[in-house]
Amino acid sequence: MSDKKQFMFLNRRAPYGTIYAWESLEVVLIAAAFEQAVSLAFIDDGVYQLVTGQDTTGIGMKNFSPTYKTLGDYEVRHMYVDKDSLEARGLSVDDLVVVPWEDWETEETVDNIVEVVDSAKLAELLEESDVVFSF
Amino acid sequence: MKFAIQVNEGPYQHQASDSAYQFTKAALEKGHECFRVFFYHDGVLNGTRLTTPPQDDRNIVNNWVELAEKYDLDLVVCVAAAQRRGIVDEGEAERNGKDATNIAPRFRISGLGQLIEAAIQCDKLVVFGD
Repeated sequence: MSDKKQFMFLNRRAPYGTIYAWESLEVVLIAAAFEQAVSLAFIDDGVYQLVTGQDTTGIGMKNFSPTYKTLGDYEVRHMYVDKDSLEARGLSVDDLVVVPWEDWETEETVDNIVEVVDSAKLAELLEESDVVFSF
Repeated sequence: MKFAIQVNEGPYQHQASDSAYQFTKAALEKGHECFRVFFYHDGVLNGTRLTTPPQDDRNIVNNWVELAEKYDLDLVVCVAAAQRRGIVDEGEAERNGKDATNIAPRFRISGLGQLIEAAIQCDKLVVFGD
């Protein structure tokens, strides 16, 4: 296998209404097993994927939002949220899940890997990625 | 250049499958390599041999099959996405107690690890979809 690559998963859609968000999450979980450097970015309606307090009982869909909170355990190191997308929807970082991260070997910990960034920073991050999965 | 291709939308409903096919064909004709074509989401519907478009329309499934035969292309359908959408090969039919199969020749059903492996091995992953 080649050296570690920078994987970026670009999540652009609301969690329900279409299956993209859920099936994107399935790819993220598999990618983690391949020991790549995995980051996620949330833009447009994709920011809704991270909103806390989701309740899907009325629509008969599985609520998969608790999975996002565990992504730190799957060695996802960064979850970037687009500032403009968040503000355009009347949301702030306080509405989003907190995702802790810990390095099992060095015991280095990060309280929350969810980070709000502006679009210029996001463009930079995409540019630096080796592989961009777009969902 | 070594490409990996991901197709995220179903054929006919969306241009993505046609674009992916045309891109892959053009790349191969120019002497590039295609490590794998991976079908995900409704893209798995590219892999049913039961597709019957009108005679004066293109047959997207057959296009893939012919391209795969000519260039020994690896066409992989995601198993989880396929199970949701009823794309079945003999192994899946047996495992899940189904009374039929519909996988097109040259296509195979496998896991998401095949997509990640393709992304690692290729120079460039090209995603076709919305």
